[in-house]
Amino acid sequence: MDQKEYTIEVENLCKSFGKLEAVAGISFRVEKGQIFGFLGPNGAGKSTTMRILTGYTQATSGIARICGFPVASEPHDIKRRIGYMPENNPLPLELRVCEYLKWRARLKELPLRHRSKRVDEVMELCDLTRARDRIIGKLSKGFRQRVGIADAILAHPEVIIMDEPTIGLDPHQVIMIRDLIASLRGKMSVIISSHILPEIEMTCDQVIIINGGKIVGKGTPNELRETFIDSTIYELEINGDLKDLLESLKNVASNLEVAQHTEADERGFSRVTIRIPGRHDYGEKLFSCLSNNPLIRTKSLRMREAPLEDVFLAATRRSWETLDTDLTKEPESIASKTKEKKVSTPVQQ
Amino acid sequence: MRHFITLLRNEIWKLLISPSTYIAAFLFLLVMGFLFQLILLEYASDPKEENPSITFFQLFFIPVFFMVPLLTMKSIAEERATGTIETLMTTPVTATEVILSKFCAGYLYYSLLWMFTGSFHILFYSFVQEDSLIDPYPIFGGYAYVAISGGLFLSLGIFASTLTRSQLIAGIVSFSLVFGFIVVGSFLDEMALPWIDQPRWVEILANHTDVLQHMRDFSSGIIDTRAIVLYASCSLAFLFLSILILEYREGGC
Repeated sequence: MDQKEYTIEVENLCKSFGKLEAVAGISFRVEKGQIFGFLGPNGAGKSTTMRILTGYTQATSGIARICGFPVASEPHDIKRRIGYMPENNPLPLELRVCEYLKWRARLKELPLRHRSKRVDEVMELCDLTRARDRIIGKLSKGFRQRVGIADAILAHPEVIIMDEPTIGLDPHQVIMIRDLIASLRGKMSVIISSHILPEIEMTCDQVIIINGGKIVGKGTPNELRETFIDSTIYELEINGDLKDLLESLKNVASNLEVAQHTEADERGFSRVTIRIPGRHDYGEKLFSCLSNNPLIRTKSLRMREAPLEDVFLAATRRSWETLDTDLTKEPESIASKTKEKKVSTPVQQ
Repeated sequence: MRHFITLLRNEIWKLLISPSTYIAAFLFLLVMGFLFQLILLEYASDPKEENPSITFFQLFFIPVFFMVPLLTMKSIAEERATGTIETLMTTPVTATEVILSKFCAGYLYYSLLWMFTGSFHILFYSFVQEDSLIDPYPIFGGYAYVAISGGLFLSLGIFASTLTRSQLIAGIVSFSLVFGFIVVGSFLDEMALPWIDQPRWVEILANHTDVLQHMRDFSSGIIDTRAIVLYASCSLAFLFLSILILEYREGGC
């Protein structure tokens, strides 16, 4: 029996804008306290899905539940349970940071006795205390992003939905926001979308990759790697000829290939990246092979995990290939549909 | 309606801190002061029996044409263009609270501007000859009409603003609706084609929608309840339509 508590449940969700199917039957569940990442190219349907979850946009069909409440029939109940930071982080530019957050606290029905304390708390958490009396319109983009994040977490919501929260932030601020989001793990369920893939990888427990309104990959970053990456990558630092290296490594795997190599440095060492099809640990064989070859001096050898970027590219490429296959099967019926999708998906973002 | 006061306070605060509020108020009072002065100059050169206050109120539509679109065009359209409507409508507020707060803030500002024009009459009566007959009722009637009609004109403006995300289009639609209500409503019976007999119902309708006649009646001390019903019901209808549009487009509830 499934004992897990899910704060977000999405079943077969669809959203069409005229003939364009922005979200085409996606389903996923987010556990309580989990940080969930949305990945996908522009126009994939990430923002539309997030808007449906907030009750701002109505789905064409399917069910979305927040904390057990259906979004479509009980939008008022779910709005008390969510903190939302939309794409581009819209803010009233004429208000001061403190004024804005106090107003939002009143709208979000924070009890009067906790209001000022909580506003001070979120300003402290988001490093906004020194900007509390500044006009939002005169703040830098980084500060504005933090005002948006402060607003999203203000009322202790059970679910936080953030559309590209770290866009426009400098590396210090990105680390701060990453730590802030990580600190919410276990307390609130967080959905974030981002184009900054290392961000998603470092922050999220679960990731879904959306393309063309459909889920093309789902799982932890490691599960996604196993699904989409079918090769093992090693990085070596060697002093010697590349041909000798290849010759010697053929004994390890005949289909091994050099993915990348750099020019030798002043000490004669160059960095070489090799790719071996299939996911196996070749570390010991590589070590023994390299140490037995007198023509090559090895400084380092390490296995490299495929970055999420490769997973993302592989997943989205595979989904387009599926579409292309469909096109060749049913040229007339699907061709028009896919063309519409490819042409018009960026509009919804 | 528990968030109405919070939203209204915020709307009023935004009006108070915006320089455009004071610029619009200055221009309004400048135009109205200029009109009042012209009327007094006209009376000085050619004395008339009618109270100058009545003539002043009969020109009420001049500021209405530019003030109502200026006041209301940004209410929803600007929020939609900047995206702040998304953060607003994903909090536990309802579309009714949002529309009513914007309407009430605009109405308070509009009423305040007209209240300032009361100083013209005070100044005028403080300088007239002591034996002049001072009749305050046309002034009360005139302001009552401005208050009642203001509700309708602002609701037309708010309605126009809910239709679009462009402030310019909202302003043009708002001007067209207000212009249509005042000018077409006042001259409806004269708009029939000369070679076609005027249907009876057009004549009856024209009697009800003659905005200029309503103003003449109110500023003469005749409080016609039919006009009050017309303005109140139309205001409510347009506010209701605005709420429906906001609910439909922005998922308010």
